[in-house]
Amino acid sequence: MKKEFTLSIFTENRIGILNQITIIMTRRQINIESVTSSESAVKGIQLITLVVRTTDDMIRKVARQIEKIIDVVKVFVHNPEEIVYQEIALFKVSTKSLLTGDIIDHLVRSHNIRFLDITSEYMVIEKTGHKNEIIRLLNELEPFGILQYARSGRVAITKQVKELDAYLKEMDEILHNENEKEEFEMIK
Amino acid sequence: MSDSEKKSFDGNVPEQITGAEAVLRSLIAEGINTIFGYPGGAIIPIYDHLLNFQDKIRHILARHEQGAAHAAQAYAMVTGKPGVCFTTSGPGATNLVTGIANAFLDSVPVIFITAQVVSGLIGTDAFQETDIIGISMPITKWNCQVKRAEDIPSAIARAFYIATTGRPGPVLLDITKDAQTEKMNFSYKKCTYIRSYHPHKPLKTKEIESAAILINHAERPLIMAGHGILISKAERELKELAEKTGIPVAVTLLGLSCFPTNHKLYVGLLGMHGNVGPNKLTNEADLIIAIGMRFDDRVTGDLMRYAQQAKIIHIEIDEAEINKNVNVDIEINNDAAEVLRYLIPIVNQNSHERWLREFRVCDKIEYDTVIKPEIKPKSGPIKMGEVVNAISELTQGSSIIVTDVGQNQMSVARYYKFTEPNTFVTSGGMGTMGFGLPASIGAKIGRPEKQVIAFLGDGGFQMTIQELGTILHYKIPVKLIILNNFFLGMVRQWQDMFFNKRYASTELVNPDFVKVAEGYNIPGKRVSTREELIPAINTMLNSESAYLLEVMVEKEGTVMPMVEPGASVSEVKIKK
Repeated sequence: MKKEFTLSIFTENRIGILNQITIIMTRRQINIESVTSSESAVKGIQLITLVVRTTDDMIRKVARQIEKIIDVVKVFVHNPEEIVYQEIALFKVSTKSLLTGDIIDHLVRSHNIRFLDITSEYMVIEKTGHKNEIIRLLNELEPFGILQYARSGRVAITKQVKELDAYLKEMDEILHNENEKEEFEMIK
Repeated sequence: MSDSEKKSFDGNVPEQITGAEAVLRSLIAEGINTIFGYPGGAIIPIYDHLLNFQDKIRHILARHEQGAAHAAQAYAMVTGKPGVCFTTSGPGATNLVTGIANAFLDSVPVIFITAQVVSGLIGTDAFQETDIIGISMPITKWNCQVKRAEDIPSAIARAFYIATTGRPGPVLLDITKDAQTEKMNFSYKKCTYIRSYHPHKPLKTKEIESAAILINHAERPLIMAGHGILISKAERELKELAEKTGIPVAVTLLGLSCFPTNHKLYVGLLGMHGNVGPNKLTNEADLIIAIGMRFDDRVTGDLMRYAQQAKIIHIEIDEAEINKNVNVDIEINNDAAEVLRYLIPIVNQNSHERWLREFRVCDKIEYDTVIKPEIKPKSGPIKMGEVVNAISELTQGSSIIVTDVGQNQMSVARYYKFTEPNTFVTSGGMGTMGFGLPASIGAKIGRPEKQVIAFLGDGGFQMTIQELGTILHYKIPVKLIILNNFFLGMVRQWQDMFFNKRYASTELVNPDFVKVAEGYNIPGKRVSTREELIPAINTMLNSESAYLLEVMVEKEGTVMPMVEPGASVSEVKIKK
């Protein structure tokens, strides 16, 4: 049975690494639902977070194949219940229609939104939450005419702090030792 | 000659050298003395410097980049040293693709160095520019574009470290033309550590101890030995383990030659055209000890009906291969030789005579039904197995045997009696037709003291036939046997068995191969009768130069037994 998995992939910051990862997903016909990439807590190490839907068996195989990529440091596979995660969405809505609709009070209270910008023509609304919460807001705003809408990929933190934290600490130590050892230069 | 080039002959590294010279000095530092390749516009600076290093590096000019790639791979397979292959940008690079993929699937360390257009032109669709980094990404263990001369030594050091450690594989460095001409200060340091890559894992002693318990209690255990035994140089350990425990040993196609075929515990070849015993009894074993192999579909047949009754121990250096195709009971993600050295002292002395006899019963049936009529036919046209068997006997199983792909390959795998490790060079995972001829060149250059014999089909031979030019050019004394049936034999066999005998595009109209060889100054002979065969083989084996022997074999030959596609290994068909 297909389930949702969140992959936390720690990599060297090297051009093309995302391509190498997606090639593996493509071969197995796995659609990537969201992707975010940023520097991790360890300096010089990138964290790529992927959300995919596939089977237990497949994710295990794919994770090992991703970890085999030379510049991938480590792959963690998480079930939704093992992580705290969030996405962010921005909406641009016509000011006039929102004001006539008289729902701003309701939106703020029940969706916990923020206004980032308000002009006479449009308002920019920020909503953070899970995908379904964002979609609910999207549906509610739709009648008022959405001028623009953009939703980010997922960022995730594990609940079970031990594994990842211990690992990051270990990474930090390795990096520290290496700096002393005369580091092997990465090719840029 | 410039001052810096003069200095280079004294062995001193001049203060500032070009990137091109740094490439060669780096390769020399890695112990490389042979390179296969083909020049072109973007790589001229490197080739130019080759002239200054002729005393240290021999360059073999192939006749097509694919040929250079296969030769470099075969060189690596017989020497245990990484192969090196140079080509230019654009078509030079793309012509390597089949060769790279072939080395990747068969875990062979080859360093491919392609040139790239000057860095300022990358991305502009410049003349002979191609994105070889993107193209080769899924078929290399690692690849990297180098745009600055100063990065060349460290990139090459990394390339060698990655290609040769862990599960070996091809790597590709794409070096821009300006990086080749730019000056730099040269110093070389071998790479021994990459923080994101840990090929050497701590020995899984707990798992090995559990494995020993299973082995000690098994009544019908079977060892499956793969290419990993040869790569890890664990042949002696494998023999020791088998002899101590009395466990029969079957091998995969690329595992051939890792265990002597005349050993009393050797039970034969696994897979689609393997022997009856190991295939059938895979489904009757109570324990399978798989070492350095990856349960390829050609070995397992239908996975749902594969060894369901057996416990499986998988000793494999590549973690991604464990539980990929077959779910195993004990995974030991370590180097084969290290595991076996720890395992041997903790297993019990044992013998499995009754179990072994079951293999011999299968052997007898296979011999009477398939092998004997194939290797010792009394009448009718010459058979492929007959040729292979004759050469096996005449060379006492000690030559280096290279094959192309298809029926010629399967006949060799079945009937050549290998006695020494690393004497079988074939294209396994990729099944690349056209591999054989260039591979025989690489094998002979790697091991000039050995007799190198290539078995080629009339189809595959013509896919890389231009490499006869390389044999002519360097006077490479390889022995070529064309098993000519005027058909793409293996495809024909499938059409015969599974496509209602509809032989779509498999019949060939061939040239006179002996005459073609003659054009390349290679002596040869065509034989079509049984009486001529042995004398002709002897002439070929005794020839000082290269030799081409064309044997007209049975047109309708079928390689049997066969585990038909979709069938279970236990359903191995003995007769068509």
